[in-house]
Amino acid sequence: MVIKMDENIDYDKLGLMMGLEIHQQLNTTKKLFCPCECELTDKKPKYRVLRYLRPTQSELGKIDRAAFEESRRELTFLYDAYPHHTCLVETDDEPPHPLNQEALEIGLIIATLLDMQVVDEFHTMRKQVIDGSNTGGFQRTGLLAIRGHMETPYGKVTIENLCLEEDAARRMGQRKGKVEFRLDRLGIPLLEITTDPSMKRPEQVREVAYQIGQVLRSTKVKRGLGTIRQDLNISIREGARVEVKGVQDLDSMEQLVKNEVLRQLKLLEIKDELQKRDAQVEDKIHDLGEQLKDTESKIIHKAIKTGGKVLAIKLKGYRGLIGKEVQPGRRFGTELAGYAKKMGVAGIFHTDELPAYGITSREVEIINQFLEIEEEDAFILVADEKDKARNALEEVQRRAEMAMGGVPEETRKALDDANTEYLRPLPTASRMYVETDIPTQVVSKELLGYVQANLPELPKEKEARIIDGYNLSEDLAHQLVRQNRVEQFEEIVAECGVEPTTVASLLAYTLKELRREGLNVENLSDSLKGTFQLLKQGKISKDAVSEVLVGVLKENWTPEEAAGNLNLLMLSGENVSTIIVEIVSANEKLITERKMGAMGSLMGMAMKELKGKADGKLVNKLLKEEIQKYLQ
Amino acid sequence: MSYRGRAKQFLESQNISIGDMISIKKEAVEYRGMLLDRAEDADQLHLVLKMASGYNVGIALDGAEVELLEKGEKPEINLPPLDIQQDPEKKDVSIISTGGTVASIIDYKTGAVHPAFTADDLLRATPELLDEANISGKAIMNILSENMKPEFWVQAAQAVADEISGGADGVVVAHGTDTMHYTAAALSFILETPVPIVLTGAQRSSDRPSSDAFLNLMSSVAMAKSDIAEVTVCMHSTENDNQAHIHRGTRVRKMHTSRRDTFNSINSPPMARVKEGKVKIIDKNFHYHKRGECQLEVNDSLEEKVGFIKSYPGITTELLDYHIDNGYKGLLIEGTGLGHCPDHLIPSLQRAADEKIPVVMTSQCLYGRTNLNVYSTGRKLLTAGVIPAGDMLPEVAYVKLVWALGQTSQREEVKKIMQTNLKGEINEKSSSKYFLRDYGE
Repeated sequence: MVIKMDENIDYDKLGLMMGLEIHQQLNTTKKLFCPCECELTDKKPKYRVLRYLRPTQSELGKIDRAAFEESRRELTFLYDAYPHHTCLVETDDEPPHPLNQEALEIGLIIATLLDMQVVDEFHTMRKQVIDGSNTGGFQRTGLLAIRGHMETPYGKVTIENLCLEEDAARRMGQRKGKVEFRLDRLGIPLLEITTDPSMKRPEQVREVAYQIGQVLRSTKVKRGLGTIRQDLNISIREGARVEVKGVQDLDSMEQLVKNEVLRQLKLLEIKDELQKRDAQVEDKIHDLGEQLKDTESKIIHKAIKTGGKVLAIKLKGYRGLIGKEVQPGRRFGTELAGYAKKMGVAGIFHTDELPAYGITSREVEIINQFLEIEEEDAFILVADEKDKARNALEEVQRRAEMAMGGVPEETRKALDDANTEYLRPLPTASRMYVETDIPTQVVSKELLGYVQANLPELPKEKEARIIDGYNLSEDLAHQLVRQNRVEQFEEIVAECGVEPTTVASLLAYTLKELRREGLNVENLSDSLKGTFQLLKQGKISKDAVSEVLVGVLKENWTPEEAAGNLNLLMLSGENVSTIIVEIVSANEKLITERKMGAMGSLMGMAMKELKGKADGKLVNKLLKEEIQKYLQ
Repeated sequence: MSYRGRAKQFLESQNISIGDMISIKKEAVEYRGMLLDRAEDADQLHLVLKMASGYNVGIALDGAEVELLEKGEKPEINLPPLDIQQDPEKKDVSIISTGGTVASIIDYKTGAVHPAFTADDLLRATPELLDEANISGKAIMNILSENMKPEFWVQAAQAVADEISGGADGVVVAHGTDTMHYTAAALSFILETPVPIVLTGAQRSSDRPSSDAFLNLMSSVAMAKSDIAEVTVCMHSTENDNQAHIHRGTRVRKMHTSRRDTFNSINSPPMARVKEGKVKIIDKNFHYHKRGECQLEVNDSLEEKVGFIKSYPGITTELLDYHIDNGYKGLLIEGTGLGHCPDHLIPSLQRAADEKIPVVMTSQCLYGRTNLNVYSTGRKLLTAGVIPAGDMLPEVAYVKLVWALGQTSQREEVKKIMQTNLKGEINEKSSSKYFLRDYGE
């Protein structure tokens, strides 16, 4: 069966299974293992530290495969550091301080809210990660609770693990083999919440993510871009477990799942075809320097000129499959290139796309002859420094070999177009060992009891409470909770005494619209109260609230100034009367013709003039009286 | 195993040992995993499990139902011996290990860290060393450097001498960092050496990928191949992983509890820098002993009974009297400022002089030199027979006194030795360059 890119997929039939992993930064005063603040900074770094990382040795074969692959790249790491914003703990020049108890408590609250079993004694571990994102070469992490449950309309989901860990350093870029990181993020406490891989539908994943998000938001967690990160485990029955990192947007998740399932299906098709052709990856790496010495290809020419090599491998039985699309716009060749790029090369050339990129059909012919390429065979070409090119081709050989087994287990990165790209092999349990610098910590019954007795209000409880207490609609209450504005709502209602629905709808809807217009509504704080006070005092009308706020935000006025400058202050009853009398006398003809039927048109005219400056009810009443007076 | 008390009794009664797969059931939950050993200083109430995910957890015995699932094999590391060919083109460098974990192997099954002691272990952890030299290695002791004693200096010196007489072109001594500078000074005085002797260690243990051990070891081997036939310390020169400094063994001190560049030369610049395997002398005017200039010689008699006393505002005479009463053969004082201690100590110091116990005065300022002629207290101390140590570091002067008293019991002889520059430990001239200060002002 061959699947098309735009075909609908029957997930049940394929045995789709998904698990979710959520990483949430905590909003603690200090980092997990040092006293630095948990804030990012855009300031220029005061100094930089240069480091290398080596995987720690183990019994042969017991080295973590992800760590091993990273180590083959021999990267130099540069860390942006600050004399005060960061300290020696982040630069790995001082042992970690004891575990942050505030972070532990938040973890316990969330464990309790998710109905999880808290471990009796917390052990801090080192999870080996040598891509440079942790200065020590490992991330500190510990298992805090296991086995919680969550009800969803699609069935029960098990929350397998809750881990308390430190966030990694922020990757700033890469220049000439040097990877640059900033230490501001390293050490911010994170909670990692992992579900079992039992979810069968994208909608269910989204529901679980939403529910977990609601629980997280009831405690001291960070908010905003980059403070929560989601990874998705995806597998189909015949495929393999793939961990997709950095699923930012749950709305695009469905497409992402579809694209990944497609990829696995396509790789299975490729596997079947390779087996049918009795395909084979040849070990030998050939040097094509002589054959391509006069090439017009800029990349190859440059590599040769700067002392590099043009190397090639032969893949027997792979022709046509390398150019096969596995995700919309991505080919099997892209997968091979993904492995090669990890060794620092810019990319690969393969049979299915040549002649192109300055490589002529004549040269392809020469290469084919030299490598004894037959009809179904393919070759891969890499031009770069000798070691890089060789490592890259070895990786391509390894990946091509895996293709005969179907889908490899991998960690992949979510891309903006809902495709995924190879990051590294799935890490194994062998990358965990104990952090000897942090004493183990017993989670005492007293502490757990205290946490359980002081749980924060859950979102759904909060929602129910404000619906009852303020007579709000379900939708309004839901929006306030979702946008984390309940506290603000209650404060304004209590202080300004304005009608709750008015306040709620402004907070829930109007602010959202203003934000969409590009205004930074988070800067409002006290001005919100000031504006509602004007409303309460009858100085502005309900309709004017939003315009007043725009004035506050755009011009930096106080609410009073905004109301005055924008001509939004309510007119006194007398002034309103004068305007209405004017309107009536200007339209005598109409009134004579239509009697009270003129009310509608006149009301429209009056409101056009008085909008925001007079209450509609008052205008209506005065207008009615004035028409009646005229008719009498 | 390190389980004690209740936990130990329980495990023994269930015939469960470390490495076994077990299940622990608690009210609502079951943990499955491998039983791990427990830290010796931890309580007796918890068992430690390694779960399939790799995480360790501690589970209280209280209310737990434990079941043995499968006996495990006792984890042990069994590595095949290495077969390394000697390359006649390369220099022979011996690495002597005294303890500390310059190289270690992690057992991922249990998460335990095994220090790598043999040369094979060391080379497995750092195979790049073989590109630099023919490496042979020996573990002569396994102690944390805070537990060092003068008798171990002698052992280390003899082991180094054996390597040199066995033909080594240079010797690297892997050492814990806490007292590395004491050992460096001791080897400096005990040995006359025709080849480089380089002490090195790690501030971040080698069980972590970011360990400084790799650069330190590689740089030390480069140094051991060099022309500088002295006892030196080779460690990171900055927080960066790309450069090491070579410090003279009698001029160096650990100056930071945790930084990689903790070792500094005091009252002297470092001798050399090692970058990308190349040793470069920092100050061309710096005189040093060249390879082959002198014959190997071991003068290893020491007098261990030397007191090391720091002067401080509340110090009382009892401290001095205790040492005199208890048969100490020499006293090293870390005085204040130019080399002072409160004048109420003078009668006790006079007593020491009367009993022919040499008393040597250094300064706790570390930077600068003693001068007992400037203030009246200093002059009184001189009258009481105190021997000023010049710009010698207190730790170095202590080691030198231990050694000097091993060479002679004559107080006058000791005084002469203490005030003569033997191994670059004393310099008559002070330079403005030797005082580091950088507040980025």
